[in-house]
Amino acid sequence: MEGNMSLSLKVWRQSNKETAGGFENYKLDSVSPDMSFLEMFDVLNEQLIEEGKEPVAFDHDCREGICGSCSMYINGRPHGPLRGVTVCQLHMRSFNDGDTIVVEPWRAQAFPVIKDLVVDRDAFDRVVSAGGFISVNTGNAQDANSLPIPKEAADDAFSAAACIGCGACVAACKNASAMLFVSAKISQLALLPQGQAERSIRAEKMVAQMDAEGFGACTNTGACSAECPKEISMENIARMNREYIGAKFSSSAV
Amino acid sequence: MSWFSQTLTSSIGKKLLMALTGLFLISFLVIHATINAMIFYNDGGETFTHWGHFMGTNPIIRTLEIVLVAGFLIHIADGLILWKNNREARPIGYAVNNRSANSTWYSRSMGLLGTLLLIFLVIHTAHFWIPNRSNQFATGEELNLYQMMLDIFQNIWVVLIYVGGCISLFWHLLHGFKSAFQSLGWNHVKYNGIISFVGTAFSIVIPLLFALMPISMYLGWVK
Amino acid sequence: MATSSRLDAKVPQGPLETKWSKYRSSVPLVNPANKRNLDIIVVGTGLAGASAAATLAELGYAVKAFCFQDSPRRAHSIAAQGGINAAKNYQNDGDSVYRLFYDTIKGGDYRSREGNVHRLAEVSGSIIDQCVAAGVPFAREYGGLLSNRSFGGTQVQRTFYAAGQTGQQLLLGAYSGLQRQVGMGTVKMYNRHEMLDIVNIDGKCRGIIARNLVTGELERHAAHAVLLCSGGYGNVFYLSTNAMGSNVTAAWKAHKRGAFFGNPCFTQIHPTCIPVSGEHQSKLTLMSESLRNDGRIWVPKAKNDTRPGNEIPEEERDYYLERRYPAFGNLVPRDIASRAAKERCDAGYGVGSSKLAVFLDFAAAVERYGKAEANKNNIHNASDSDIIAWGKAVVKEKYGNLFDMYKQITGEDPYQVPMRIYPAVHYTMGGLWVDYNLMTTVPGLYALGEANFSDHGANRLGASALMQGLADGYFVIPYTIGSYLSNEIRTGKISTEHEAFVKTEQEVRERIEKLLKIQGKTSPEVFHRRLGKIMWDKCGMARNEQGLKEAIIEIRQLREEFWSDVKVMGTATYFNPELDKANRVADFIELGELMCIDALTRNESCGGHFREEYQTEEGEAMRDDENFMFVSAWEHKGPEEWELHKEELIYENIKIAQRSYK
Repeated sequence: MEGNMSLSLKVWRQSNKETAGGFENYKLDSVSPDMSFLEMFDVLNEQLIEEGKEPVAFDHDCREGICGSCSMYINGRPHGPLRGVTVCQLHMRSFNDGDTIVVEPWRAQAFPVIKDLVVDRDAFDRVVSAGGFISVNTGNAQDANSLPIPKEAADDAFSAAACIGCGACVAACKNASAMLFVSAKISQLALLPQGQAERSIRAEKMVAQMDAEGFGACTNTGACSAECPKEISMENIARMNREYIGAKFSSSAV
Repeated sequence: MSWFSQTLTSSIGKKLLMALTGLFLISFLVIHATINAMIFYNDGGETFTHWGHFMGTNPIIRTLEIVLVAGFLIHIADGLILWKNNREARPIGYAVNNRSANSTWYSRSMGLLGTLLLIFLVIHTAHFWIPNRSNQFATGEELNLYQMMLDIFQNIWVVLIYVGGCISLFWHLLHGFKSAFQSLGWNHVKYNGIISFVGTAFSIVIPLLFALMPISMYLGWVK
Repeated sequence: MATSSRLDAKVPQGPLETKWSKYRSSVPLVNPANKRNLDIIVVGTGLAGASAAATLAELGYAVKAFCFQDSPRRAHSIAAQGGINAAKNYQNDGDSVYRLFYDTIKGGDYRSREGNVHRLAEVSGSIIDQCVAAGVPFAREYGGLLSNRSFGGTQVQRTFYAAGQTGQQLLLGAYSGLQRQVGMGTVKMYNRHEMLDIVNIDGKCRGIIARNLVTGELERHAAHAVLLCSGGYGNVFYLSTNAMGSNVTAAWKAHKRGAFFGNPCFTQIHPTCIPVSGEHQSKLTLMSESLRNDGRIWVPKAKNDTRPGNEIPEEERDYYLERRYPAFGNLVPRDIASRAAKERCDAGYGVGSSKLAVFLDFAAAVERYGKAEANKNNIHNASDSDIIAWGKAVVKEKYGNLFDMYKQITGEDPYQVPMRIYPAVHYTMGGLWVDYNLMTTVPGLYALGEANFSDHGANRLGASALMQGLADGYFVIPYTIGSYLSNEIRTGKISTEHEAFVKTEQEVRERIEKLLKIQGKTSPEVFHRRLGKIMWDKCGMARNEQGLKEAIIEIRQLREEFWSDVKVMGTATYFNPELDKANRVADFIELGELMCIDALTRNESCGGHFREEYQTEEGEAMRDDENFMFVSAWEHKGPEEWELHKEELIYENIKIAQRSYK
């Protein structure tokens, strides 16, 4: 092996949704500071396989901070100690030789554990299905430049749309609230002229679905935004509140 | 469910209620603190009693008092419901949590601070408001609230409880004031500065003013 | 050479410009009442899959979509950074459908099919319209109109983008359209499901066997047509810019059930990736090609120059791309840029501790932008430090997220020292052979996006993958599928109790049981890494006969070893990523062999396929149009046995020339 860091890991292990889980302790030597956190887990898993033990299941895919798969609660923080990065972009140089690292799955009623560190985030998909779109069938579109959009609105919409749907906001929130996620999508579409036609109904339906999934409410602690790997702003939650309240009191849906 | 109750029972609706009742209670605090501050005229309670009489007898104020009680009840009940729902949203907690890395402790403790305030509120109303209103109801006469204050605030434990209540209020307001605006959708780069400044100033000035009352009477600054 | 009788590309007759429009007006239709009774399975939910599933559901078909990720939004299209091409000519710089068509064919080194590529260029504009209408926040100018940038291999600005996250924004747009249909019940979505085989009945594809990755159960799903939108197979190299889960299994299973594999050896090596840092490396990270708009690539003129890049004076630098290719400079196509980097490093001029890297330098761009800012603000006596600060701010706005990512991964600050980059496997132009309708050689089985071979020839131009994925899904398959399904309206519901389903499911089950039963000593990961090393060393950026022959033998040995020594932990009855990986690696090993055979057969250099024996004196790729102007479509005959079918490429609208970017 190539590195010189030794680490103690305390990792949540759970067989499936139904069974209770618990922590297991592992020791890892020869960790390189250039490894990503997930590569450190790869090494752990290879070690477990050699010992004839089952490797730790964890979600990961692109390993470049954009797919939103990875989801580990590391030493009490989603995606670990750095701001603005996902677990896959976290490198071991952010830790010290001899550290003990505790790794847990996202915890939320709406995100049941599937196995070990893998949780079920289908709730997010269902919230998007409820209204996180513009109803435009393929082929209906007019020329792209026939609709000028102020750069500022486009930039703000883009900042909201940068959400990767990882669920760190839910994990970080003391209420397991999904408001940052939902508000980012509502904001993106509310800021763009294309989104105006369904603006009211979108806010109403997405919030209703968010509540039905069992996410908590918002206490405005700002933990979500502080832990968001894409640094989505709390402004979006304020905007969602406006959109929702405005929609509820003015739309014709009774 | 009608659209209205649906709105108010949604997660955002509950926050809306918290924000509206919170801001209403904040406005009540201004009146309450202003009138109570009349004791600092140190005129044997004359100015204070004058305004206390006005507040206790003016029909508009008496009507508003009912709204105030409703405001308190809604804020409390809604807060408890939110607390319960929010707890249910995470049935299994984290073994290790480093919350201070991403948020302030008092923003995460609004329920706890609110509960402390509720306990204080019970003690406080049992001291003044309940006896006074019961007496008014029974005899039509108001009690001498100023004298009652002087008497009650001779007990060091009571003074400490009141100061404790004011500290809870400070932390509760420090987050609650700004949070109410965020819940109402008021988050704008042009106004965030002023909301934050007024919120912090308010959270300091009002509880400080309140805390000075029992302290002043206990120490005999106000007679 | 004549096209094999087994291959009928079905390209419509008539002039190139009217092929597609005439085809669209004459392709058979399915009436709405019948569409409801026709089932379509879409495997994969990237740009091609999500857009196809949503569009077909909008048309009224009953769609089932499958992805192995936990959500369709995570498909690897999301990681595309730089942009998407479209022949809009918004910049008034002379772009046109023909130019995009021409650039794509030339960029592909004349190894793609004219009809398909022209259609791609024709629908490219509609893609941008559709995406904007769906709320994709493309970058805009202050006037509110869309912004464009340049990409490699072109001399016009036709690339639309959303910072360095264009793929993400496009995928989320397609995903939202898909989720809309899911919400309406017209698409049934199967997350965390992996397709493990296709089911053929009477010579037609009639469904798939999928594994529920959470419960481990095998499921049978029947349909009148199956669309494979499962992406490319770059992970055969172990280290690539692909996602960890990207795999060839769906395409490979189809191949083994009769779908010919087209040009498997055509892989794209992307020139600007972050170099490998050590043995632990699990994947490589791309630095968007858009960086080559402003960044200059160089190596020191002296060998073994260990000074940090910013301390090497201007006159001691070799801007080798600008030197060798003055017309296109740093914006030469990817294959050429990659090979040039390899040439310098092999010659001993590489930088960094591994010596396998070149510099990508923004100092000149910082200065240029800084001066432009000064001019814009009418400041005439700005200090150098101000100019550099302003310039860095502009660079940050354009490429900030990429710079941050670089810093995060390497621990070096690219605003201070030049980035180190090296080529890495990025995309596979090869894929399942498809005709003009995107149908494979198995009737009813289609392949879209990167999973097919059709549009990019031997080398794909930057910002064209997103274009092709969305073109296939939004604007091609919704029409072309009608020509097949219009004959299926009398088929009726297909039963999953049919013996073909039973038999295929049994075969899948047996393979899984076999994998679990071996209980050898080596993990699937280790086999994958070994395969990757063989492929990269012998079938990577440069190939030769000797190496390929060795590779074939080594891969065959590796396959035997895998099937006798693999160690798969756990069982098949619950969530078991190790088993998923083992299944995928087994297929990669077989694919690797075919790639080497294809590379060995193609005795020429073209695009991303560089055979060392076939190069000019200056080291440029030497095509052999006389003998190799064809698509290799491989038919699987049995273990270690394939038959080559050739589709002759006929260029009626383009003058074939030596590809020159000088």
